[in-house]
Amino acid sequence: MFESLSHLVLQQYWWVIISLLGAILVFLLFVQGGQTLIYTLGKTDMERRLIVNSLGRKWEFTFSTLVTFGGAFFASFPLFYATSFGGAYWVWMLILFAFIIQAVSYEFRSKPNNFLGAKTYEVFLFINGVLGTILLGIAVATFFTGSEFSINEMNFSKWEGAARGLELALNPHNLSLGLAIFFLARVLAILYFMNNIDDENIFSRSKKQLIYNAIPFLVFFLVFVIWLMFVDGFAYDPVSKKVSCESYKYLHNFLQMPMVLIIFLLGVVLVLLGIGKSIFTICTKGIWVAGVGTIMTVLALFLLAGFNNTAFYPSTFDLQSSLTIENASSSKYTLKVMAYVSLMVPFVIAYIWYTWRLMNNKKIDADEMGEDIHVY
Amino acid sequence: MIEHLDLALVNWSRAQFALTALYHWLFVPLTLGITFIIAFMETLYVKTGDPEWKKTTKFWMTLFGINFAIGVSTGIILEFEFGTNWSNYSWFVGDIFGAPLAIEGIMAFFMESTFIAIMFFGWNKVSKKFHLLSTWLVAIGSNLSALWILIANGWMQSPVGMHFNPDTARNEMIDFWEVFLSPIGINKFLHTITSSYVLASVFVIGVSAWFLLKGREQLLAKRSIIIAAIFGLVSSMFLIYTGDGSAYQVAQKQPMKLAAMEGLYEGSEGAGLILLGMPTPGKEINDGKDDYVFKFEIPKLLSFLGYRNADAFVPGVKDIVEGGFEYEDKNGEIQIAISALEKIEKGKLAINALSDYKKAKELEDLVKQEESLIIFRENFKYFGYGFLNDPESIIPNVPITFYSFHIMVALGFWFILLFALVLFFIFKDKLIGKRWFLRLAIITVPLAFIASLSGWIVAEVGRQPWTIQDLLPTVASVSQIDASAVQITFWLFTLVFTALLIAELKIMFKQIKIGPKEGGH
Repeated sequence: MFESLSHLVLQQYWWVIISLLGAILVFLLFVQGGQTLIYTLGKTDMERRLIVNSLGRKWEFTFSTLVTFGGAFFASFPLFYATSFGGAYWVWMLILFAFIIQAVSYEFRSKPNNFLGAKTYEVFLFINGVLGTILLGIAVATFFTGSEFSINEMNFSKWEGAARGLELALNPHNLSLGLAIFFLARVLAILYFMNNIDDENIFSRSKKQLIYNAIPFLVFFLVFVIWLMFVDGFAYDPVSKKVSCESYKYLHNFLQMPMVLIIFLLGVVLVLLGIGKSIFTICTKGIWVAGVGTIMTVLALFLLAGFNNTAFYPSTFDLQSSLTIENASSSKYTLKVMAYVSLMVPFVIAYIWYTWRLMNNKKIDADEMGEDIHVY
Repeated sequence: MIEHLDLALVNWSRAQFALTALYHWLFVPLTLGITFIIAFMETLYVKTGDPEWKKTTKFWMTLFGINFAIGVSTGIILEFEFGTNWSNYSWFVGDIFGAPLAIEGIMAFFMESTFIAIMFFGWNKVSKKFHLLSTWLVAIGSNLSALWILIANGWMQSPVGMHFNPDTARNEMIDFWEVFLSPIGINKFLHTITSSYVLASVFVIGVSAWFLLKGREQLLAKRSIIIAAIFGLVSSMFLIYTGDGSAYQVAQKQPMKLAAMEGLYEGSEGAGLILLGMPTPGKEINDGKDDYVFKFEIPKLLSFLGYRNADAFVPGVKDIVEGGFEYEDKNGEIQIAISALEKIEKGKLAINALSDYKKAKELEDLVKQEESLIIFRENFKYFGYGFLNDPESIIPNVPITFYSFHIMVALGFWFILLFALVLFFIFKDKLIGKRWFLRLAIITVPLAFIASLSGWIVAEVGRQPWTIQDLLPTVASVSQIDASAVQITFWLFTLVFTALLIAELKIMFKQIKIGPKEGGH
């Protein structure tokens, strides 16, 4: 079924898959957001235990999505994988360390004789929640702000930035998206707790915290999006492949790809609706509305960065080194093989959905913590 | 092509990869094997309804959970480290190498993480049968992930199913099935998972032996021992079979690794397999010293294992560097091996031709392009040698490879004996009385980990200096970072992983001491 597609169509297909994985990853960062709220929402040991266990059953989805996102990027756009991971070394290493310490923390935190003490594992979860979200946000923002690197004639890349990626954190636009993701993750976490934990105190605190986190999220998000609509973007000529700066490039992308604009606007509306309904009514399904909205919004942002002859990983050091979905991708054959592999994705989503419902059909409560099951 | 070679950078990058990979491998084999053991136990629980089986299942599940968490934690870095520290490699072969990594994520990681949640938290939420299915899917998922990463590793040892595209300056996949079904990859997968089943069996036997020594949990311990010993013994048979396959593959594809595994400098016809020996310390290629201080060998066995012919010539390190011996190529024709120096020259011709091709393409000089491509294709086979200067740099560390190999094999045979003795004593109903033997079973647990890590050391140290056999050496694969940055992350990994390992061991020992609880966890 993929045999007759051109290389370009396969490249676009894979950019959509990558975008979708990135979008799902941002939604699943609610786990990270929740890890920064353990002490804000949980005032007693049991409350904190409920929060940790509620997140503890989901953290592996976020983790697996991140790893798959990395693997899929490697397989479909290896030049990006080589350039960004090898170049922005410190940013990625910090992200990875933040996830390394997360992975053991749920399992080890409440076990006796755990060497570092429960507090340390809670700190690990907190660090993961802060760094994981902000740095991933910064990394995504560089799709629009660019990085300093060069690619030689053998397609070997060299990072020219002063601080191996740390310089990216100083860019205010990168930072605004990073912080937007951070507060979004906290908002989503709160919505998730409202849906998943049966505890009045946690619920009422959640409702209050929702407002405190939704406001900064909106501010940072709007700052980023408004800047994005006015900034010069990185366009390439579809024939000569030369990269150049184009005024209002991303605004043009929205206008020239109305579908993407619709997905974006609908996504933003759903996020706001999910938050609003949870603040003003007794609705506990906000996580699903805002979750779908998050996925749509992030998907639209990724498509904005890579489609319509846009360089998705621009180099501000040497414009012509910028990566596009055309010059950074795998060969046609590999993309075709991987396209067949991608047919598994709906199947994977289906069984995740099925088991998620099985596990979440009853809210988690204090009684369950005393049951004969695995408890963190 | 590579502007300057920073040896400190290469060495620190290699050290970091070795460190992270070995730490990861401390936890993976137990996961691969114990999930099946747990699945057998739960199957018996569902079939018999005996609550003791449920208790047994849950006890091992607790230990598995602790081990799994740190396995995941040490694993994430490996998915990204190809990019962070080996970015040239990632471009040079990413078109082929990335695919199995992505498939591993889509096919295996989600399966594991989805069903592990049911396995741990779903006891009261789903039916017994669905829970059992989930446990089996966790076992299958973790083994599927091993499949893809080992296919990827096997491909590095013997690249197939691809061609070099001079326009993109990288290798591109042309036949997925050849990559997927590469005999070296499949063999590697089978050898690795069966060795992991052996390790997990030794672990279960060791922990159960401790209970028996303490006079605790007799039924649980005995049942666990029987399952583990049978699983271990059956796996061992496959382990020997695939080990033999590995030796044969290595002889064909990586003769230098075989020579290093055996400490063989001077090749010979009808070469023997060293049973016990000590390579001469500080031995160099032309120093005239004997290869070994002492050795006991089984005559002709190495020739037979490597070439299925007891009189076949097995080239030594010196022969491979100097060339001049006869060998049969893949078409069955006799060829005379060329020296490493000639290979280096040919490699340089290939690299220069590629660069000429690029220049000619820019100048739109079609004749020159064609000429350069002809030279390039003629010499591409030795492309990777072009990045080297010293013929002796194709020699891996012989003592490390030799000892790791022999430790692995010797321990492997001890594990088989252990399984057989366990079953014998159980059959005679004498196991509990044999306290010396129970102690021996406990001591064997760390040995299983040593054997497993040694296997990887043989595979990876033995193939130096290559990341992709003959096509790309480590010096040309590395990301251009300051060596000091890699040094910092190396020590950070050492610190973090060591702390987590200590925590894991302490928690594990404590949970074993606590033993099974009626509540399970």
